[in-house]
Amino acid sequence: MTITLVIFIPFLAAILVPFIYKRVPNRNIGWFILCVPLALFIVLLRFIPAVSSGETYIHTIPWIPSAGINFTTHLDGLSMIFGLLITGVGSLVILYSIYYLSARESLGNFYVYLLMFMGSMLGVIFSDNLMVLYVFWELTSISSFLLIAFWYHRKKSRYGAQKSLLITVSGGVAMFAGFIMLHILTGTFSVQEIIKSIGDYTDSGLFLFAMILVLLGAFTKSAQFPFHIWLPDAMEAPTPVSAYLHSATMVKAGIYLVARFTPVFGGEAVWFYSVTCVGIFTLFWGSLNAVRQTDLKALLAYSTISQLGLIMSLFGLGSAALNEGYSADSVIYTQATFAALFHLINHSTFKGALFMVVGIIDHELGTRDIRRLGGLMSLMPVTFTIALIGSFSMAGLPPFNGFLSKEMFFESIVNARSLGIFEMGTWGNLFPIIAWVASVLTFVYCMIIVFKTFLGEHQPARLDRKAHEGPRGMLLAPMILAFFVVAIFFFPNIVGKYLLSPAMEAVYPPFKGAQGLVPQITVWHGFKPALLMTIGVIVVGALLYVFLRFWKGIFTIEPMRWSLDSLYNKFLVQTEKGSSYLTSFYMTGYLRDYLLYIFTFFIITIGGGLLLTNGFSFDMSGDAPITINEYIIVFVMMGAGIAILFAKSRITAILLNGVLGYSIAIFFVVFRAPDLALTQIIVETVTTSLFLLCFHFLPEWKKEKSSLPAKAVNGIIAILVGTVVTVLALSVQGHKLFTSISIYFEDADELTGGKNIVNTILGDFRAFDTMLEVVVLFIAGIGVYTLVKLKAGMEGPDVEDE
Amino acid sequence: MKTNDVILRTVTKIVVFIILTFGVELFLSGHNNPGGGFIGGLVLSSAFVLLYLVFDVETVHKGIPFDFKKIAAFGVLLAVGTGVGAVIFGSSFLTQTFRELHLPVFGNTELATVVLFEAGVALTVVGVVVTIILSISEDV
Repeated sequence: MTITLVIFIPFLAAILVPFIYKRVPNRNIGWFILCVPLALFIVLLRFIPAVSSGETYIHTIPWIPSAGINFTTHLDGLSMIFGLLITGVGSLVILYSIYYLSARESLGNFYVYLLMFMGSMLGVIFSDNLMVLYVFWELTSISSFLLIAFWYHRKKSRYGAQKSLLITVSGGVAMFAGFIMLHILTGTFSVQEIIKSIGDYTDSGLFLFAMILVLLGAFTKSAQFPFHIWLPDAMEAPTPVSAYLHSATMVKAGIYLVARFTPVFGGEAVWFYSVTCVGIFTLFWGSLNAVRQTDLKALLAYSTISQLGLIMSLFGLGSAALNEGYSADSVIYTQATFAALFHLINHSTFKGALFMVVGIIDHELGTRDIRRLGGLMSLMPVTFTIALIGSFSMAGLPPFNGFLSKEMFFESIVNARSLGIFEMGTWGNLFPIIAWVASVLTFVYCMIIVFKTFLGEHQPARLDRKAHEGPRGMLLAPMILAFFVVAIFFFPNIVGKYLLSPAMEAVYPPFKGAQGLVPQITVWHGFKPALLMTIGVIVVGALLYVFLRFWKGIFTIEPMRWSLDSLYNKFLVQTEKGSSYLTSFYMTGYLRDYLLYIFTFFIITIGGGLLLTNGFSFDMSGDAPITINEYIIVFVMMGAGIAILFAKSRITAILLNGVLGYSIAIFFVVFRAPDLALTQIIVETVTTSLFLLCFHFLPEWKKEKSSLPAKAVNGIIAILVGTVVTVLALSVQGHKLFTSISIYFEDADELTGGKNIVNTILGDFRAFDTMLEVVVLFIAGIGVYTLVKLKAGMEGPDVEDE
Repeated sequence: MKTNDVILRTVTKIVVFIILTFGVELFLSGHNNPGGGFIGGLVLSSAFVLLYLVFDVETVHKGIPFDFKKIAAFGVLLAVGTGVGAVIFGSSFLTQTFRELHLPVFGNTELATVVLFEAGVALTVVGVVVTIILSISEDV
């Protein structure tokens, strides 16, 4: 129950923000917002002892039980880690943003989006029901879109926002299809139940498709190659957002998904290979591209891509353990997952700190281009220290937490070589090699961050502002993160025991309580391959960094210039062209053309349907005899109908149209339907006056000069529509397919207290229909109002692209 | 061009009240006789439309200073709200109830929650119809 509240509190707070912002229209509003994640963080902390002893909490609120969709929250070790990251990093980011954003920005919007994101992210990780998870998943994409486009007057921000939305939402839709397939297979939307029963369905054809589709969702969200292209462009967002969404939490949703579905799909060769290979290649590609960046934030973006690839590949390797079930041999592969979870936490701490550092530099100096920076060490000593801690941790140096997880990464990837399953053979040797090369490149770009920014010559001439240390409030959040970077290094087993071990049990339910699932994290392993690899990384990395300008030329050679970005841009332009061509093909701007489409469609579907099903059957036997009065009314109507064709002015036409309407009303009177007659008369009156009003805006009524064939076609369609309607009406009379439903309303008076059966149906039996009709009417009214009042050309000057 | 519409104006001044009364009557009688929220609302709005036709918009607006958009919104809220109200009392959404009561002046009267629902419908109809006609006519 508490967890359900945890999801909704950020949303409720987001609703309150505009009201608070009215009272406190300055940056102090941030302090109110800060209370939300902080409180949630403390609430989650209090669950740690219980969760670490293996307890899980499930709470269900029935939502659409008939479709298997319930609001089920599930707290276990895995969601615990993510929950703490979201609320913990969230608190720090909000603290940081209080000082980062100036009071002139629309802070209200910013915090609404941020809280919305926080709530939906918590929803993703705590939901057990796939449909609910999907809804929250897309909500994170939408709030990320809004946050990237926070400075929407910049063209690049809008571009980045659109790109991230297009890529992550397409992945999300693929994932949605995968979820539905899983539902078809197992008959449930609950992840926990799927995990229990999936073993019976692994041979099914859908299983593989479901797996690939779910992976697509995870890869697009976590910016894995080749979908990584959105993340660098997402860096147009304000830096607190980049630190929060695009490094610490949202991009890790894909990783969460992979971890969550490891018990479902893990152990399959396809899963193992796609997750591992995509992860390792992303690790390599991200680090390679990070080295060439000159914008510090872009560098961090590529480094995030690379680190996400690392974590992803570890989850891939770890899934192999599920293939054989528990044994002393297979448990060694679970170490990869352990390393992944550990690195996940570490990455959030050091990368969050680094992003905040870059934000401080950008904020104080007005640039984050490393070509213009340098020599800031003595001017910004605190910032420098934090950057040093963050970068060295990312590079995998002691005494920082990155060293521990990097060592474990090397160890598990070397272990993977001895993996007997999935016919790996000599290809297995490639994994450690690529991983090692990528780590060398990681080392190089970490050095670039520290040394190019803070050492070397200070160039005041190339800076817009004078360099000085950032304000204390801004330094506080990265300092806390840097503290964790060091603290985790010295006390890693606290994290291991309380956070990682329950998470391991969530990823490996069959191994619950098994020996060796949660290893001791030690700084000194002895001279094992992992340590030798680290030493190699440092030596080669240092050499590469020193001689950087000699080998940087490789980035200009041909294959490096192929860019997925240009492919994406071309695709976008082509799609726009194609769709506008298609649209202008049939959207002619003539109302009569649209009517033609509608009528043709009507004839084909209804008339064709009647023909195909042989639905013509006229049964006149039950009909009452036709009286002379009715003949008269019908002839009047026919006369009016034909007269409209020859009318010379609009007034005549509309009055003749009115004759038709009132005649129908008289029919209702004759057939003793007073309610209908009343309604028809008034509707006819109001619409006629509306018509007359609209004529004011219409041009002179002229006879159209259309060609004879066009006239003939129109005539045929008109006659066909009339015929189909008539036939349809007669066929409806002729069939008695279903029993009459009027018995439901026979005792209407006793049930509703109303003697007018029409109104008891409207207000009681079918009140839901009436209510929705009222809503539709209202929407239509607003639609007309906005179309008329706010039509194009009336807004202010175009303020885009400042 | 100034048209001579003295007869129309004079007749309207009286007829509008008849139409308005008839609209209310239709609305109230809907439970047991022909009428109801939708028709009542339509009749009321046709009275307003007549006023707008005969007099100009400003004059009518001085006499009836309502924002019809808000009336429509209120009507929708009322209609949906009665549905939600049923949920609060533990029934399913949109359940209506009724009771015979003995009132001082009216004698034995039947009171039903469906009246509130129908009032919502009527207000929405009035609001939307007048809003549409006004916004089109003001767009000159």
